Amino acid sequence: MTAGTAQAGGLSRERRPETAPLPSSQLDVVIWRSGAGGRLERFSVPRAPSQTVLDVVTWIQRHLDATLAYRFACRVGMCGSCAMTVNGVARWTCRTHVDRVAPAGRLELRPLANLPVIRDLVCDMREFFDKWTAAKGAFVPTATRRDPPARVPPASRERRHADAAIECIGCGVCYASCDIVAWRPAYLGPAALNRAWTLENDVRDGARVARLAAVAGDAGCHACHSQASCTERCPKHLAPTASIAGLKRLASRSLFERDR
Amino acid sequence: MRTDRPARGSAHWRVDAWLWLLQRASAAVLAVCVAVHLATIFYAVHAGLTAQTILGRMHASIAWPAFYVLFVVAAAVHAPIGLRAVAAEWLGFGGRRADLVAAAIGIALLALGLRAVWALAR
Repeated sequence: MTAGTAQAGGLSRERRPETAPLPSSQLDVVIWRSGAGGRLERFSVPRAPSQTVLDVVTWIQRHLDATLAYRFACRVGMCGSCAMTVNGVARWTCRTHVDRVAPAGRLELRPLANLPVIRDLVCDMREFFDKWTAAKGAFVPTATRRDPPARVPPASRERRHADAAIECIGCGVCYASCDIVAWRPAYLGPAALNRAWTLENDVRDGARVARLAAVAGDAGCHACHSQASCTERCPKHLAPTASIAGLKRLASRSLFERDR
Repeated sequence: MRTDRPARGSAHWRVDAWLWLLQRASAAVLAVCVAVHLATIFYAVHAGLTAQTILGRMHASIAWPAFYVLFVVAAAVHAPIGLRAVAAEWLGFGGRRADLVAAAIGIALLALGLRAVWALAR
């Protein structure tokens, strides 16, 4: 491969000997193709040092089958658009090295689970983001531009809770990894609930009571069984399980408060 | 495409939240009750207590019947809430029907359990 590979190698955080021998010169790649019920299609792709799964998919589209559909944008783990199921596990393909997930040189790529497939490796993310809206995932300001900026002490409990959960980029890996989403289609899912938790801890927000009502209950935080697949798989190392537990605590407390 | 949306009134989440809380609280009670229950069985078997002796002890003190009433109530609260979730998630059997079935199971557990305690204690 060309420049793309060199770049991906340069961005790698992993330490690996430069001369690490490649187990085989070819990768055996099986990819989900939609249309007529869907099927798995096999490709053979040359291995390269520091090759990412996204590199593999791109190589196939450029050299073997231009009709292969997949989604990506930044290639550096910032945009959250390239997530797929790689050998059974939801991952960002741009930050997943082939060496790490396919030591035997075999890759099986499928679209993210728990979401409708548009074509090949591309999912319809509408439902995922609709649930952010349903969880009232937007900040509701209480101040105007004429008010002085709010002072939120960085060491305050709320601020620390929000900070711990704020770095989500909405890639959908947690949502695709969650069994509860598979079992309860109405369940808001880890990402939307994690987002709600950051806003419940934002002292400037004006919709915290309404948001708690939107995210509590059997379609919200109370459906979570704390299996922690979301926390296990989150590429940003966030802990949606902890955020959801926080929402359960808030909801339980509000049951004993008159005004909520 | 899935069409079901999270739909709830302002009161409905409170019911879910209460059920969740009750299930956790009853689990905490059950953890203690099950431990005491098992320890007592081990003790009774090792000490060679007969059924007659055990019945005698149940009659001798209000503490044992009271303990088992608490045990029965905790189980009757805990089990149906869990079964309701299992029905919704694994059997595709949710909503009002699941609520009613779970409530019936809870009442049955309570009635059978209390009847057993009454039979031993009276």
